[in-house]
Amino acid sequence: MADVAIAPRRAKTEIREATSWDQLKHNRNWLGFWFMVPAMGFLILFLAYPLGLGIWLSFTDTKIGRVGQFIGYENYEWLWDDAIFWLSVFNTLLYTFVASAIKFGIGLYLALLLNENMPFKAMLRAAVLIPFIVPTVLSALAFWWIFDSQFSIISWSLKHLGIINQNINFLGDTTWARICVIFANIWRGVPFVAITLLAGLQTVSPSLYEAATLDGASRWQMFRHITYPLLTPIIAVVMTFSVLFTFTDFQLIWAMTRGGPVNATHLMATLSYQRAIIAGQLGEGAAIASAMIPFLLAAIMVSWFGLQRRKWQQGENND
Amino acid sequence: MTDLPTTHVNLKGVLTSSTPTADHSEGMSYLQSVPRRLVTLYLPLSIIVFVLLFPFYWMALTAVKPDAQLLDMETYSPFWTWNPTFKHFYKLLFESHYPMWLWNTMYVAVCATFLSIVASVLAAYAIVRLRYKGANLVGGLIFLAYLVPPSILFIPLATVVFQYGLFDSPLALILTYPTILIPFSTWLLMGYFKTIPFELEECALIDGASRWQILIKIVLPLAVPGLISAFIFCFTLCWNEFIYALTFLQSTANKTVPVAIVNEFVDGDVYRWGSLMAGALAGSLPLVILYAFFVEHYVSAMTGAVKE
Repeated sequence: MADVAIAPRRAKTEIREATSWDQLKHNRNWLGFWFMVPAMGFLILFLAYPLGLGIWLSFTDTKIGRVGQFIGYENYEWLWDDAIFWLSVFNTLLYTFVASAIKFGIGLYLALLLNENMPFKAMLRAAVLIPFIVPTVLSALAFWWIFDSQFSIISWSLKHLGIINQNINFLGDTTWARICVIFANIWRGVPFVAITLLAGLQTVSPSLYEAATLDGASRWQMFRHITYPLLTPIIAVVMTFSVLFTFTDFQLIWAMTRGGPVNATHLMATLSYQRAIIAGQLGEGAAIASAMIPFLLAAIMVSWFGLQRRKWQQGENND
Repeated sequence: MTDLPTTHVNLKGVLTSSTPTADHSEGMSYLQSVPRRLVTLYLPLSIIVFVLLFPFYWMALTAVKPDAQLLDMETYSPFWTWNPTFKHFYKLLFESHYPMWLWNTMYVAVCATFLSIVASVLAAYAIVRLRYKGANLVGGLIFLAYLVPPSILFIPLATVVFQYGLFDSPLALILTYPTILIPFSTWLLMGYFKTIPFELEECALIDGASRWQILIKIVLPLAVPGLISAFIFCFTLCWNEFIYALTFLQSTANKTVPVAIVNEFVDGDVYRWGSLMAGALAGSLPLVILYAFFVEHYVSAMTGAVKE
């Protein structure tokens, strides 16, 4: 600070023209540019460029170790007649829709429960978030073991309760395998939805509920006409993220079933990995991955309008 | 709305409730009787929490059970063990590459997080405070980048990584992870920077500080909570990342924990479960410990990014 105080004494130098070097150092647009360089460098080199490259690859017959030729829509035509691709689309939609709907239901319910006043509140909230912290693959392995065909603890418990006679073949049967991966996805996603909605719930003023109680509103009416409308904007954002990440899920499936049995749990992401990296058909894999983009765009639109609505509700202060 | 059940509950609640607290922290929960709270609150809550935490209990139990008890569920109760063993952990730490995988994961996560936070601090400061031409547009684009998932990028990125000669090196991950982390942490830090009073910067500008000095000496010290949040969240994301690590790394020695466990530990052995679960537990523990110390930061990071 001492320099600053002393500086004016010798500040008698003549005022000179701003050189272009000064421009680069002080002009806010140029400064902004310099500050943005690292972030933009990463995002352009490793995000925007690959995104474009991926779409280009989907129009070529590139294989691992061989540069591809442009072949137009051939990959897509090939996929159009591919039953496994359509099965994976169906699986992805089923997985996304069922898992997101249940995640929303249980997440909202859990948020409402956690918002109540009770002992050990902070500890409970912290514990609830643990499934979200632990790396997905590692918890998927735990589920793999829990759903083991011979030594499943669930089969064991049900057998000892006298509900079933035989072990359930959780990950070997197509229907059960789908249920299991959806369950594992819900298990992992609920904490995120619940804790984010809880943060939204805590911004709702208690006086609204007090006023409603004085007016004789039931608990359901309070939820329907106070909680839900005030939460809508945050619900829109949370659910967009949830849908987006469920739709493009890869690791959970890969760790638990690798797409089996008989492709019953193949999602588009796992199928594209299998075709592109394991089978070496980069072009075809890229076509499957690019086929996800329209769905992502739809999700982004929802998110965008959700955000806009939030701005409108909260006025200028939202910034 | 003239029905009276609420007043009925109200009376009962008032009679049974303890002295009302002055800070209103109790809210209106005194309106509910204890049996009712038991059914509507504690019962469902304990079921959900049980389901959420059971896999971890099971993971830990499997990791310390002797092999014989693991597969014989009739003579021993599967839910508890009286003679825990650390054999699986021993095997993991001294007879496998596990310590190396942990080190790889840590190394990649710390480097990628550090790079991303430096880039994000600069970008967030420029967008929020320099307000250069098109700053809002760039902010929007960065938000969009947040929505591009790794599962549509890994194929073209694999070819890019191969071209740059980064294949099978930790550098491939250190350079690609920031694409996942930068959008998130930039948005988080933008939120924090906006809360720092503009006047402080104006004073510093008048005193002759450059933008760089303002950022280092004024803004960053005030944004420490935000930096911690961003760091923890980025670190967790790195540790959790799977598809890039699976695609870009090939040799056993270079793998990260999640990939290595899925690929190297899964063999035909019936007795693999113990060491598999020990590996999963040991891989999760660093994050859980980190999380236990910084719960508040973690939650504010998670909710902050959504709110912004």
